[in-house]
Amino acid sequence: MPADASIHLFLLLWALGVLLISGVASALAGRWSERTSVVLGIAGAGMACLAGLAAAVAGLTARATGTIMLPWRIPYGAFSLGLDSLSAFFLIPLFLLSGLAAVFASGYFRPWNERNPGRFWLFYNLLVASMALVVLARNGVLFLVAWEAMSLASFFLVTFDDRAADAREAGWIYLVATHVGTAFLIAVFILLGRESGSQEFSAYAVPAGSAGALFLLGLLGFGTKAGLFPLHVWLPEAHPAAPSPVSAVMSGVMIKTGIYGIVRMLAVMGAVPGWCAWLVLAIGAVSGVLGVLFALAQHDLKRLLAYHSVENVGIITLGLGLGMLGVHYGIPAVAALGFAGGLLHVLNHALFKGLLFLGAGAVAHATGTRDIERLGGLLKRMPWTGAAFLAGAVAICGLPPFNGFASEFLIYVGAFRTLLANGGLALGGLVAVVALALIGGLAAACFAKAFGIVFQGEPRSPAAAAAHEVPRSLVAPMLVLAALCLAIGLGAGAVVRALDPAVAQLAGPIVMSDAPRGIFPIALGTVLALLVALTLALAWIRRRLLAGRSVRAAVTWDCGYAAPTASMQYTATGFAQPLTNGAWAILQPHVEARLPQGVFPVSASFESHAPDVARANLYDPLFRRLAVGLGWFRWLQQGQVHWYVLYIVVVLMVLLAWALVS
Amino acid sequence: MNAASSLHPVLALLLAPLLPGVINRIKALFGGRRGPPLLQLYFDLWKLFRKGAVYSRTTTWVFRAGPLVNFACLVAALALLPLGRVAAPVSFAGDLVLLAYLLGLGRFATVAAALDTGSSFEGMGASREVQFAVFAEPALLAGLAALAHATQSLSLSGMYAAWPAATLPVLALLGAGLFILFLAENCRMPVDDPNTHLELTMIHEVMVLDHGGVDFGFVLWGSALKLWVLGALLAGLLPPPATGHPLADLAVGAGWLLALAAATGAVESVMARVRLLRVPQLLVGAGVLCALGLLLTFR
Repeated sequence: MPADASIHLFLLLWALGVLLISGVASALAGRWSERTSVVLGIAGAGMACLAGLAAAVAGLTARATGTIMLPWRIPYGAFSLGLDSLSAFFLIPLFLLSGLAAVFASGYFRPWNERNPGRFWLFYNLLVASMALVVLARNGVLFLVAWEAMSLASFFLVTFDDRAADAREAGWIYLVATHVGTAFLIAVFILLGRESGSQEFSAYAVPAGSAGALFLLGLLGFGTKAGLFPLHVWLPEAHPAAPSPVSAVMSGVMIKTGIYGIVRMLAVMGAVPGWCAWLVLAIGAVSGVLGVLFALAQHDLKRLLAYHSVENVGIITLGLGLGMLGVHYGIPAVAALGFAGGLLHVLNHALFKGLLFLGAGAVAHATGTRDIERLGGLLKRMPWTGAAFLAGAVAICGLPPFNGFASEFLIYVGAFRTLLANGGLALGGLVAVVALALIGGLAAACFAKAFGIVFQGEPRSPAAAAAHEVPRSLVAPMLVLAALCLAIGLGAGAVVRALDPAVAQLAGPIVMSDAPRGIFPIALGTVLALLVALTLALAWIRRRLLAGRSVRAAVTWDCGYAAPTASMQYTATGFAQPLTNGAWAILQPHVEARLPQGVFPVSASFESHAPDVARANLYDPLFRRLAVGLGWFRWLQQGQVHWYVLYIVVVLMVLLAWALVS
Repeated sequence: MNAASSLHPVLALLLAPLLPGVINRIKALFGGRRGPPLLQLYFDLWKLFRKGAVYSRTTTWVFRAGPLVNFACLVAALALLPLGRVAAPVSFAGDLVLLAYLLGLGRFATVAAALDTGSSFEGMGASREVQFAVFAEPALLAGLAALAHATQSLSLSGMYAAWPAATLPVLALLGAGLFILFLAENCRMPVDDPNTHLELTMIHEVMVLDHGGVDFGFVLWGSALKLWVLGALLAGLLPPPATGHPLADLAVGAGWLLALAAATGAVESVMARVRLLRVPQLLVGAGVLCALGLLLTFR
């Protein structure tokens, strides 16, 4: 039974208010007291996220819907907010991860060392508030204002460490990319509101015959934020440059506002042409495979994780594409499975990617480096961080019994269901199945590398050898996220049932003749429980067997070498080399090698980088040409005020003349 | 679910160590040797489970958990696995995905345990293992997709319930593809040589160099189970149709698995291993065979 959402909306408004006030207060306090500023910021973020999370969970489970509208003196604008199952669902990971990342940040930046905490908390709390506003907005102008506030707040967070040149450059790329995306969105909203003359979502109408073109524009705009290939270029720059808790929030939830945009557009527009569904499916498959392939070639832990965001957004999009195909071809089961898988993966990715970015932050905090090749042996030195990172790694590979498997399973089954049909649709299903399997295999390779080289073996640098476990305020959020990953993996049936109303908004009523008790098979949960129980039982058996017997320690077997050194271990580059070599044509890595020479070689070196292919081949040439082309107009910029006054007068005259003539 | 269904996992656990014995006896036969006893692996397991342990100082709990998780994955996979016409104890739409991913988790645990030692040899083996899995997993799922389309069923038990599951050309293509996968995933010739003593050329063996005692017992038993699991996916493609007596069906299925082990021994005796660089091509070939099978099922 749908319930009235006014209580939920009121609570959410309160949370937005708390975020704004605490952010501004923290910024003001930052000038005179670091401590007050931090306390204000974290308290505001914590309270608001708790309240928002409660409202979102209650709203989703009660299937609450409702809108409120406050007048706003902006043309076409109105402060109209709405809550429905879709919005409530997207708010859950948003508030959950933002709250946990705030706790992490409180310990991560200590000591603040001349950095102004007020500046961080102002933009952090603004970012959380604007993301929530994006999801709640029911008016085009309000949506764009919130969207812009979100982009700017995150820009200032990416460049928080503004003394680092790479952070400034990353911020610049991000700023350009996000505004190019916004330009497409402005066009979409203008076109949608043209017929009724109103920017209310409820009044939107699709101009006849242009649904496909509109959807394409929206896909470009929202896809830029979501990080779909080849619009992803800002992601591998901005995520590593930002402080880790910010990377976690940006990768875990902010890029999902792009997914939310696509999904909301589907809900508002109703039917879209069939080719849109095929396009979304194809983009999802390409993003997924290429994202993980690029990730495999990275040495920077956070850059690697950033490319995995491209991959996971690809998986989400693949699910959405399947859902759209299901709607288009009138197969409700495929529609429900595709959308349910895509949406569940939004939540799952927020949890495990948030966890992994926080883990990378903890590693950087403890060792001062993100270079995988200089790490190693951290599991012994940072047992809690290591265990949590391992949970995240297994989850992101889509392996059972963690949450990543649950969402990928739904998408898989959706794809297999298209195989029951004949002809073209089944071929789409085969593409989805093979893409998912390929992504799964590559992701497992990549995280075997990331976990194996960073946390296992012996330390490869003095910094890694001297690492210690990070403080509790950093460990606790990671453990909470790891526990949630496992809990959702084991209890996926219940979670998917809670998702039903949100899925139904996209797929229509969920009709599954052969699965009356929900689309997630109960037996699957049983097998996963069996798996966990078996592992525990085997561990107990092993312990009983070894009790009382001799258990000794020795060196690793290396063909008889008694004193292996850390540099004899496999490197991350070496581990991934067979695969990156195979994909040489796609990755186009730069390799500089000085091979050992002579009978007694003195020194040798090997260096490889995998620059972003889309950036090197598409954007860099494009922007270079653009700069040359626009250079022609440089003479307009004289730098003297009276010239600019003249321009204004000329434009006014032309406009006046135009108005008089027409 | 009937008695034969619930009997199958127990039978698999008990009989799986027989498969490597059969392979080795056939190889000995080809080589004109007497060879190790058929039950050699049982003797080995008995010996290993009574031993203590030596661990590398570099390793952590991940190293100790690896063989256990892998073994648990394979036992859980048995719950989803039909053998011949005998349905699995548990089946649901999409159980084939869970089966494939259980194998994936087992592999991840083995690889993580290998990397935990910090040994360059084990790193090399792990690197090869994950590389081949990238090609093997899509091939396996494409093969199962072809079966799903041919039988219009989304559960393994449904797919293998009747014989023939598809037309004979399709079955031949799928059989060839799955047989290559069976050999590759179980580290047999022509992908890996289980008899080699040179660490540089190993794949699976080199990842478990540092395991000993009880842990190694689980490793060996786990490899035998993996032979059984992937073998059953192949054996289900073979005749006869259901006899009506579940226990007879079970016996037929187990018989096919032993025959498959014999065939593996024969292949291993007459073939050399291909160069490591060629293995991905072999696996892509298996995937293409499976995908061709799917295309042939389109009417």
